[in-house]
Amino acid sequence: MDNAKPETGAFYPRDRNWHPKAFTPDYKTSVLRSPQKALLSLSGTTSEITGPVFGHEILGEKDNDLIHNFAAPGESAIGQRIIVHGRVLDERGIGVAGVLLEFWQANAGGRYRHKKEGYIGALDPNFGGCGRAITDENGYYFFRTVKPGPYPWPNGVNDWRPAHIHFSLFGHGFAQRLITQMYFEGDPLIALCPIVRTISDQAAIDQLVAPLDMANTIPMDARAYKFDMVLRGRRSTMFENRMEGN
Amino acid sequence: MVQPLALLKESPSQTAGPYVHIGCVPNFSGIPGVYEQDLGRSMTNDKTLGECIAIEGRVLDGTGTPLKDALLEIWQADHKGLYNSPSETRGSADPNFSGWGRQPTHMDSGIYRFETIKPGRVPFTDGRLQAPHISFWIVARGINLGLNTRMYFADEEEANTADPVLNRIEHQVRVPTLLAQRTGDAYRFDIHLQGEFETIFFDI
Repeated sequence: MDNAKPETGAFYPRDRNWHPKAFTPDYKTSVLRSPQKALLSLSGTTSEITGPVFGHEILGEKDNDLIHNFAAPGESAIGQRIIVHGRVLDERGIGVAGVLLEFWQANAGGRYRHKKEGYIGALDPNFGGCGRAITDENGYYFFRTVKPGPYPWPNGVNDWRPAHIHFSLFGHGFAQRLITQMYFEGDPLIALCPIVRTISDQAAIDQLVAPLDMANTIPMDARAYKFDMVLRGRRSTMFENRMEGN
Repeated sequence: MVQPLALLKESPSQTAGPYVHIGCVPNFSGIPGVYEQDLGRSMTNDKTLGECIAIEGRVLDGTGTPLKDALLEIWQADHKGLYNSPSETRGSADPNFSGWGRQPTHMDSGIYRFETIKPGRVPFTDGRLQAPHISFWIVARGINLGLNTRMYFADEEEANTADPVLNRIEHQVRVPTLLAQRTGDAYRFDIHLQGEFETIFFDI
C-alpha cells in the first residue's frame, strides 16, 4: 500500500505533547527562542495541505553516499562504515513515496564541517557531512555513511551530544515539514543529553533510536542501522466538508 | 476491550541545531561541489508570471538580537492563487514558478531575503477568498519544533480586513505582527520569537 497518488485531505492534528515543548530551559538556547504566546490553530486550508514535489532528477549519483560524495577520487571518509535504511510512513502506517530526505552529521571524530564549528576534533578532508535521498513508492530509503562521533557542546559545563544524524523530511504537504535526529542503539549519552530530554515521553525518545540491523549488514563492508520515520497522516477527503472548488 | 486504532505516532521533532546549513544549504555553509546548487534558492525564472517582489527581514530572539543561524522556508501560490502541487485540485499553476523557497539568515547580518512573486488569493475551507499570504516555516538552534506562521501584505488593506484567518485572531492588536510593510524594493517582514511584538505562530 502506498500513497503515491495525490491526496487532498487535511493532516491529523499534531500531538504537541509528543513533540518537545518550545521552552525547555535545560537546553539553554531555547529560553530566548521559544514563543510564549498561544499558537493560533488553523486546520488545513489549501495553503497547508499542498506542497512541492521533488523529483529523482535532482539527485546526483553520490548524494546518498557520504563516504564518497566529498572524497577525493579513489579516497573515502575515515570511520565506521554503516548503512542507514528504513521507511518513511505516515501515521496511518502507509509508506510515503517521494519524500525528500536531507541528512547531515559530524564526522567520525565528532567534528562538523562548518564555518562556525569550534571543536578541536580534526576535520576529515574526505568527509563533507551532507547527503540526500528520495523515498521510493513504498517509502523506502537508504544511504551509506560513517558513524558520527559524539562531541562536546557549550550548554552545561560538560554536555556531550550522543552520536546522531540529523534528518529533514519534506513529505506531501507543507504542514508535514519535519526535522528530527536519529540516535544509535546502546549509546549511553542518549539518556544524558539535554536536547534528547526536551522530549518528555520515553516512548517518543525510543522512536528516534535506530537498532543495529545485522540482517542487512554487508559482510566485510558496512554494518546496517534501521531507522523508520513517521510523518503526519491525513484524513480521507470523503470526510471533508468543503465547498466545491476547494 | 475495543479494537485498537493502530495509528502510529509522528516522529518527535528535534532541533535543527546550529549546523542545519550543512544538510539543507551546503553550498552556503562552505561545502561546495556535493550538490550543484542549494535547493529552493531560486523560485522564479525569466518566464514566471506575476509581480516580482522581494521579502527581507530578520528573526529576532527575546532580547531583540537577530538569529544568525536560522533557516526559513516559504510556500505560496502563484500569481493566480494556484499552488504548484499535485494536491492542488483547482487547476494548473504557472509551471515557471515553484512556489517554494529556502533561505538562511545571513551569518553576519542575520538578514534573510526571498525573491519571488506576489501570490494570488486562495480560498479558505468554506470557499471565501483569503487575503494574499505566504506560509513561513522557521527552524534554528534552540527551536525544538519548526515554527509556522504566515506573512500578509500591509498594502492589501481591503483583503486583509475580510480575511477569514486574520479575523479569527482574538487579540487584533497582534495582527500587525503578520503584516509585511513595503520599504524600497522589498517587503519587510521581521519575525519576533518572543516579547511584546511576538509574531503570531500557527498550529497548522
